[in-house]
Amino acid sequence: MTHLREGYGGRGPVALDVSALPNYAFGHRSLMWWATACMMVIEGMVFAMIVMSYIYLKGRVPHWPPSGPPPDLRWGTVNTAILLASCLPNALAKKAAERFDLTKVRLWLVVCLVFAAAFNAVRFVEFSALNVRWDSNGYGSIVWVLLGFHTTHVLTDFLDSSVLTALALFGPMEAHKFVDVSENALYWYFVVLSWLPIYAVIYFAPRIV
Amino acid sequence: MTRHEGDEKRRRDDAGRPALSENDPRLEPARLDTERRLLDRTWANGRGLIAWISDTDHKAIGRRFLVTAFGFFTLGGILAGLMRIQLARPENTFLNPDLYNQIFTMHGTTMMFLFAVPVVLAMGVYLVPLMVGARAIAFPRMLNYGYWMFLFGGIFLYVMFFLNTGPDAGWFSYPPLAGPEFGYGKRSDVWAQLITFTEVSGLIVATCLVCTIFKLRTPGMSLNRMPLFVWAMLIVSFMVIFAMPSIVISSTCLILDRLVSTHIYNQAEGGDPILWQHLFWFFGHPEVYIIFLPALGMMSEVIATFSRRRVFGYIEMVLSMAATAFIGFGVWVHHMFTTGLPQFGQSFFTAASIMIVVPTSIQIFNWIATLWTARRLRLATPFLYMASFFFVFIIGGLTGVMLASVPLDRQVHDTYFVVAHFHYVLIGGSTFPLLGGLFFWFPKMTGRMMSERLGQASFWLLFVGFNLTFFPMHLLGLEGMPRRVYTYQAAMGWERLNLLATLGAAIIFVALVVYLINILVSLRHGAVAGDNPWGASTLEWATSSPPPPYNFSPQPTVASREPLWHTELTPPPIVGLDPSKREVLVTYLLDAEPDHRYPMPGPSLWPFLAAIATSGMFVWSIFQAQGVVWGSIPIFVTLVGWFWPTKGKKALQHGVHGRLALGDSLS
Amino acid sequence: MPHFQSILHPAGIQAARVSHLWWVMFWICAAVWCAVALGAAIAIARGHRGTSMASERQLGTSVAIAGGISVVALVALLFQSVVTGRALDTLHSPDALVITVTGNQWWWDVQYDHPVPSLRVTTANEIHIPVGRPVRFNLFSNDVIHSLWIPNLQGKIDLVPGRLNELWLRADRPGVFRGQCAEFCGLQHAKMALVVVAEPSDDFERWLAGNRAPAPAPITPEQQRGKDVVERGPCAMCHNIAGTQAGGRSAPDLTHVATRSTIGAGSLPNTRGYLAGWIADPQHVKPGNRMPPPGLRDEELQAVLAYLETLK
Repeated sequence: MTHLREGYGGRGPVALDVSALPNYAFGHRSLMWWATACMMVIEGMVFAMIVMSYIYLKGRVPHWPPSGPPPDLRWGTVNTAILLASCLPNALAKKAAERFDLTKVRLWLVVCLVFAAAFNAVRFVEFSALNVRWDSNGYGSIVWVLLGFHTTHVLTDFLDSSVLTALALFGPMEAHKFVDVSENALYWYFVVLSWLPIYAVIYFAPRIV
Repeated sequence: MTRHEGDEKRRRDDAGRPALSENDPRLEPARLDTERRLLDRTWANGRGLIAWISDTDHKAIGRRFLVTAFGFFTLGGILAGLMRIQLARPENTFLNPDLYNQIFTMHGTTMMFLFAVPVVLAMGVYLVPLMVGARAIAFPRMLNYGYWMFLFGGIFLYVMFFLNTGPDAGWFSYPPLAGPEFGYGKRSDVWAQLITFTEVSGLIVATCLVCTIFKLRTPGMSLNRMPLFVWAMLIVSFMVIFAMPSIVISSTCLILDRLVSTHIYNQAEGGDPILWQHLFWFFGHPEVYIIFLPALGMMSEVIATFSRRRVFGYIEMVLSMAATAFIGFGVWVHHMFTTGLPQFGQSFFTAASIMIVVPTSIQIFNWIATLWTARRLRLATPFLYMASFFFVFIIGGLTGVMLASVPLDRQVHDTYFVVAHFHYVLIGGSTFPLLGGLFFWFPKMTGRMMSERLGQASFWLLFVGFNLTFFPMHLLGLEGMPRRVYTYQAAMGWERLNLLATLGAAIIFVALVVYLINILVSLRHGAVAGDNPWGASTLEWATSSPPPPYNFSPQPTVASREPLWHTELTPPPIVGLDPSKREVLVTYLLDAEPDHRYPMPGPSLWPFLAAIATSGMFVWSIFQAQGVVWGSIPIFVTLVGWFWPTKGKKALQHGVHGRLALGDSLS
Repeated sequence: MPHFQSILHPAGIQAARVSHLWWVMFWICAAVWCAVALGAAIAIARGHRGTSMASERQLGTSVAIAGGISVVALVALLFQSVVTGRALDTLHSPDALVITVTGNQWWWDVQYDHPVPSLRVTTANEIHIPVGRPVRFNLFSNDVIHSLWIPNLQGKIDLVPGRLNELWLRADRPGVFRGQCAEFCGLQHAKMALVVVAEPSDDFERWLAGNRAPAPAPITPEQQRGKDVVERGPCAMCHNIAGTQAGGRSAPDLTHVATRSTIGAGSLPNTRGYLAGWIADPQHVKPGNRMPPPGLRDEELQAVLAYLETLK
C-alpha cells in the first residue's frame, strides 16, 4: 500500500475521514433501493413479455375470446379498487419509516397487510370469474398465465411484507430496517402500478378490440 | 450553487460530512497494523465445512463460481468429444441416435447456461469490487444463494442425464418437439427447470453487480474513471436483467403446457409454436452478447497493461459496448428467417444485425490503435490469447454478417456453417479472452504466477486445434451437411472434413489439459507474485496477492482513470470505517462522493438452506403441480430465518438524528 | 466430394442467385479480414518495438477512416443482400407447378395438386419436377417443425404445424439432387432426406401420368400372394396402395414405390436386398422410426418383395 502514500506534498499523510457519516440512508442513496429497482425492472419485463405474448396470440386467431364470454368485470374491478386504496396506508407507512416513528410504522404496516389479505382473497374469486379454464385454449392459457404470475408476485410481496411487519412488531429494529420498510413501500407502489395495465389487458382487451 | 447542489450539500451537512484530516495518526504504520489485525478478525470466515458454505467473501464465491463453471466446461467438452468421435466416420455406431440427441443437447445447454454465462459473471464477481475500490460486493448473502442455485441446477441436470432423462430437443428446445405431445417423459421439463435455476442465479449476480458498481465505488471514481471491464460488467448486468425474464416466461409456459395442459405453444388450440421462438430468441440473442461483452472488457484491461498505455478512445469504447448491448435486443428474428415470417419485417432485422457490427469494429480499431502506440508491447501468454481475437473472432463476426442476409441464411441456416460461425464468435470472442484473462488475474487470485512456457504451449495448441476443428465446418455446411445429425451417409463425401474436425478436437483437448496442468502446478510451485506483477493500472493491483477478505487497508481513493500509473496524484485514502463491523463506504452514483457507511452482513448458513429449499421446490414442481405450493413453505421458512436480524446488535448508531434514544434496542 | 446436396453448385435460378450473393460476400469479407488481420499484425509488431510517434489525433483520424470504410463495406453487403432477396421474390408465376409437401416424423408426404381430383398424384420422399418451369411448394407439417431444404435449388423453409409456408424454385438443368430436413425434428432427423429429380418436361409428364394410374395388378402367383399379405397384414394399416385394399394414410404412399430410388426417406437404396432388410427390421436401419417390424415369415417376405417390385 506504500505507493499510495507518496506524493502528499509535504503535508504528511492526509486521510479522508468518513467516521462522521451516518450508517443508513433512504431512497436512491441506499443499496436496498437499487436492488428493489432491479427487481422492479425484472418483474416489469416479465409482465411485459407475457402481455406481448397475449397480444401475439390474439393476432393469430379470428375471435378473441375464441368462445365464451370475456372475464367478468366485477371482481377484477373490486380488486383494483382495493389495490389503489392500499396506496394510502402504504404512503403513511413509508413516511413513518423515514421519521423512525416506530408506533406509526407498526400501525400502517398492519393496515397494509389487511388490504393485501383482502386482495388475495378476492383474487381467488377472480380466477373463477374468468369464464375460461387454463386448459381450454390458447386464450385461456395466456390469461391464466398473466393473472397467475401477477398473483405469485402479489402473494410473495404479501408474505415478505408480513415478515417485515412481524419484525416491526416483535423484533429488533435497526436503522437500516427502517430503510427496508421504506423500500418495501416503494415496491408496493410498483405492485399496484404494474397491475393497472394487466387489468386493462385481461378485462378490456377482449371487449374493446 | 444550483438548487440540486444545495439539497445535496444540506443533506450532507445534516448527516455528518467526510473530512480531510492532515497528519492523520491512523495512517501511521503501527496504527494501520492494528487496524489490519482488527479487520482480519472481523472479516474472518472461520474454518470447517459450515464456514466454507456460509462464506460471503465475493472473492471466495467468485473462485467457487469459476471452478464450478470450468467443471461444467470440462463436462461439456467431453460431450463434444463424444459427438466428434461419432461423427468421425459415416454411419458410425459409437452412439445410438437417442444418446447422441441427448448428448448434443447437453453439450449446448451445459456450455451456454452452465459455463459461458456463469464464468463471465464469475470474473465480474471476483474483480469488480476490487476494481472499484470497495471492501465487499453488495448483498453478499444473496450472491452466496445465487452460487448454490447455479451448482444445484447443474447437478440436477446431470443427475437426470445419467438417469437417461437428459433433455434431447436441442439447447433451444423448440416445441412441438419439446412439447407434451412429442417430448417424452420428463426430459424437456428437466431442461426447462434448469433454465429456471440458472436464470435465478444470473439475475441475482446481475443485481449484486449493478448495486456494487453504482453505489460502492470508492470516492473519486466518477463514472468516467471506471475501468472498461467494470463498464462491460455494468452493461452486461443490465442485459441480464432485461433479457432473462423472457426465457423465464417461455420455459415456465413450456412446463405448464407439459404438466397442466395449457396451450401456449399448441397451434391446434389457439397457441403457436413460433411464439416460443420469439420469446426464446428475444433472450437468446442478448445472451450471446452477455457472453461476449465481458471478454471485450478483459481485452481492454490486458491490452492496456501490456501496451503500457491506456486504451485509445475511452468514451468510444464505452459507447460501443452500450450500443452493442442495445442493438443486441433488436436482432432476435435473425434466428427465425426460415420460419416463414413476412419479408418486410425480416429486412429490418437484417439491417440491425449488420449494423451491430459497427460498434464492435470501432472497438477493434481502437485496440489496434492502442497496440500501434504501445511502449514495448510484451508478448506474454495473456496477450497472445487477446491477440488471437483479431484473427479468430473476426472470422466469426464476418460469417455473422453473412448470416444476417436473409437469402444466404436460408441456405446455410441449421447447417454446419452456423455451427462454425457460433463457435468462432463464442470461442474466439469469449473463451480465448477468458483464458487470457484467467492467466492475467491468476496471480492476483492465488499469489502465484502461471508458467509462461506451459502457457505458450497451451495457447498455440488451442489456436491450431480450434481452427482445425471448426474451419472445415464452414465448408461442410456449404456442401450440405445439416446440424444435429447423429450420422451421415458415406456417399455424401463429408467424411474427410469430419475426420479433420475430430482430429482438431483431440488437439483442443490436449491444449486444455496443458492449461489445467499449468494451473495445478502453478498453484503449488508457481513464482510468488507481488501486488502488481504485470505493472497494471487498476485498483485490484493495489492490494496484496491474494487480497485480504476486506480487500484494502486503508481503502484507496482515486483521482484518475489509471490510479496505479499516476501515483503523483495520490488522493487521500479512507479512514473512519469501523473495523469491528464489516463496514463499507456507500457513495453517490455519479461522482462517487462519500454518502454513508453500511454494515455488510457476515457469513450465514441461511442462503445455502434457502437454495436447498428452492431446489427442492423446483424439482418437485416438474413432477407435480402442487409442488409449487407445498414446496414454497420450506422456502418461506428459510427466507424468514435469513432476513430475521440476530439479537444483541446495537440498534442505532451515533450520528442518527431521530426521535429515539441513541443506542437503545427497540425490541 | 459429390455435389448433389451443395449450396455452391446451383442447378436452378434461386440457388444461383444465392450462390452469387455468397461469392460477393465471401470476397468482401475476405478482404476485410485480411485488412484487419494485417492491421493487427503490424500494430503488434510496431507496439513490440515501441517506437511509434503517432499522436492521439492521428490515431483518431485513422480509427474514423477505418470505421468509415467498414460502414461502406457493410452497406455494400446489405445492399447486395436486399437486391438478392428482391430477386428471389420475382419467381412467382401463375402457371407454376403446385406441390404440397407435408412433413412427418421422419418422412415427406408429396402431393401434386390438380383441379381435377382424379389427376392428383400422391407419393413420398421423392419429387420430380420439370426443368425450366417454376414450382410452388405448399408446406405443412403433421407433427413437429421440419424444414425442406434442397440446397442445389433453393434455400430452406420450415414446415410449421398450424401454418402454410411457401417455397418457390425452378430447376434450370436436369439432374438428381438430394434434400434433407434441416430443422431438428427428433430421433431420426438425420435420416429424413428426399430425392429431387429435375427432368425435361416430356419425361416429367410421362412420370406424372404413370403415377396417376393405380397400382398394376399382380401377374405371378407369388406377386398375388404378396398383395394378399400386404392387404391383410400390418402393412395396410399405415400404407396406401391405390387400387388395393391397403388404404392407410400415416405412412409413405407405396403405389409406385418401385419407381423410387431410395427407401426410408433416403436412408437406403431401393434394391431388393436393402428392401428386404428394411421390411424385416426397420428399427435396425432407422431406430425409433414409426414402422414396427411386421413379423413376416420368410416366404411372406419374399412374396411381398415380389409384389412391391411390380409397383411401377
